[in-house]
Amino acid sequence: MTDTAHATSRPGPDYAKAAKDALLAGIIALGIFGPLVGLKTEQNMSNELIVRNDMASALIIVAIVMAGRFLLSAFVFPRMGARGKKPTVANAIDEGVKPDRTKLYARLGLLLLFLYPIIVVSLLGFQGSLKWVDNFGIQILIYVMLGWGLNIVVGLAGLLDLGYVAFYAVGAYSYALLAINFDLSFWVLLPVAGILAAMWGVILGFPVLRLRGDYLAIVTLAFGEIIRLVLINFRELTNGSAGISSIPKVTLFGIPFDASPDGFAKMFDLPLSSAYYKIFLYYLILLLALLTAYVTIRLRRMPIGRAWEALREDEVACRSLGINTTNTKLTAFAIGAMFAGFAGSFFAARQGFVSPESFVFMESAVIVAIVVLGGMGSMIGVAVAAAAMIGGTELLRELTFLKAVFGPEFNPDQYRMLLFGLAMVGIMIWRPRGFVSARQPTAFLFERKAVSGSLVKEGHG
Amino acid sequence: MTTERWDNDPVLTVEHVTMRFGGLVAVNDLTFKAGRGDITALIGPNGAGKTTVFNCITGFYKPTMGRLDLAHRDGTRYMLERMPDFKISGKAKVARTFQNIRLFSGMTLLENLLVAQHNALMVASGMTVGGILGIGGYRAKEKEAMERAKYWLDKIRLTARADDPAGDLPYGAQRRLEIARAMCTGPELLCLDEPAAGLNPRESAELNELLLGIRDTERTSLLLIEHDMSVVMEISDHVVVLEYGTKISDGTPAFVQNDPRVIAAYLGVDDEEVEKVEKQLDVLTGEAG
Repeated sequence: MTDTAHATSRPGPDYAKAAKDALLAGIIALGIFGPLVGLKTEQNMSNELIVRNDMASALIIVAIVMAGRFLLSAFVFPRMGARGKKPTVANAIDEGVKPDRTKLYARLGLLLLFLYPIIVVSLLGFQGSLKWVDNFGIQILIYVMLGWGLNIVVGLAGLLDLGYVAFYAVGAYSYALLAINFDLSFWVLLPVAGILAAMWGVILGFPVLRLRGDYLAIVTLAFGEIIRLVLINFRELTNGSAGISSIPKVTLFGIPFDASPDGFAKMFDLPLSSAYYKIFLYYLILLLALLTAYVTIRLRRMPIGRAWEALREDEVACRSLGINTTNTKLTAFAIGAMFAGFAGSFFAARQGFVSPESFVFMESAVIVAIVVLGGMGSMIGVAVAAAAMIGGTELLRELTFLKAVFGPEFNPDQYRMLLFGLAMVGIMIWRPRGFVSARQPTAFLFERKAVSGSLVKEGHG
Repeated sequence: MTTERWDNDPVLTVEHVTMRFGGLVAVNDLTFKAGRGDITALIGPNGAGKTTVFNCITGFYKPTMGRLDLAHRDGTRYMLERMPDFKISGKAKVARTFQNIRLFSGMTLLENLLVAQHNALMVASGMTVGGILGIGGYRAKEKEAMERAKYWLDKIRLTARADDPAGDLPYGAQRRLEIARAMCTGPELLCLDEPAAGLNPRESAELNELLLGIRDTERTSLLLIEHDMSVVMEISDHVVVLEYGTKISDGTPAFVQNDPRVIAAYLGVDDEEVEKVEKQLDVLTGEAG
């Protein structure tokens, strides 16, 4: 009580303190952005690196930081201090999301996803919709699916897998190689790619069963790199770093999306456009992602899903209850990998080209970041995080108005990683357990109450 | 020496079990029997090797030497020293609790008790495939499992909190829940590692009642490690005393309570008294011989 009284009775904002604060923040910002933004290295004609001075941009950023910090410490922080006095226990309880509202959001989100191409097409026409359906819709949904797949391994079973992209690669190459060499259709190869990826999940699972925490993370990381290096060096099969091109497209139950007489456009008497194929791919990946979600939701209510979560909470207790932790871990790896395999074969069919370039560690890191940001174990959280991270970085390309501020050579795309990092730090401060930290129980006697994230363990790695 | 009840129909026979960690002998040539339907207490000062014995029985350690033989009521026998830990709980039906409570704290009470019935439910769900597709009797079996969980929640008087996370429970309730979770596996032998640690006298009395109930109505044999002598003397049928990994006494609570070696181990003695006791012991062994 005295604290709040003190805060509200304070006579006006403390400008001197705020100015001091802003100056300090400015110095730090100059230290960071001075070299990072202010000094640019470029190659000149004779291939030498030269340093180009761009202090003006750096100073603009520093000015923004200082102004922001001044406003924050003069007006926002005093108020937050007064409000933030709530006991932490109460906060932990508040965190619990109302389950009925979650369900409503999920339904609305689903409806929006199904209507998204229609909305975009009706607003921008077929040609204008291409970018929004392909770069945003499909791209985000691939990562949503990968996030949901990894969520089984990291979020439910609590096994930190830093080499998840390896299974994505297995799926993509399985489709590419089998489709080109054996002329099999996408619909046959989709399950085959899933099975092959799951097999590799088990193969990875065996040696790492005894490992926990950091050790598990490092071995899975190494596995991801091994797969990539094999893809680069096994030239006879994979064509090395040149990659595999002209991978067959997906057909709609035998109807190809091309200009041929029995193609989709001719068949339905539509004007020729590549937008149909993109929209078709959009719905395909949407259905694949929803399949992942459905299976995960069902699995969580099965004994195996509960065993995964129990494994995350306490492995020793699991063994004392007669749960075969070896098999439980292997199934988590295999099922997680299977969905990556599905996503991989979709990726190969969509791009028409695969190369080891697409399966670098950065991809694994992005997928892990999506799962962690979304809140481990939460489906909606992961979907939101994927939309924010992938959509956000795609959106950067659209911010052309920034050129007016920073000059015509400014390319916001180059700041992708910087903003990415800033956003992650910000979110981890704001919500340390991810967007949706509360856990929904899988069974209940009287009412379903969300479990506060502070009680849920992250697993042993 | 008269044959005691536990010699006739033992649920667990520990024979010459030795456990060495490098140069340290944690358990030295331990032999005892735990009777079917008995509450057997394993007591001893700190560091006597009680928890090590437990870990050997439940497969968390493999004993360096010795045999651990578990006999079910129907006569099936299991050589525990050769089985991996999850099979000891899954097949041989030995359940255990832990000294530092190991609940699934982010899962609800009900979920904790459902996880304990994993193996039965796994079979019912057709190794998950049937459950996903909705074929087979998984739904009915899950309902059955919920009923069983509810039965145990009633027993430990936590039914009202069934949908709360286990980590939210007060300490005493967590201990009870851990026992209920172990009982949900349908064990033949229940091993409890210091179940009364950290409980207040009232909770301790409730625990006694619960354990006696498990022995009498569930007909499960119990083996417990305990420091709280009031619990040991009140409810156990048979007490085995360890000191420095060696068995120093074995018998009914009344017998053990008056055993000079046990008193010496617990209270410590003067040098003169040691000599006196040793003399007495010589007399005793002389009489017995």
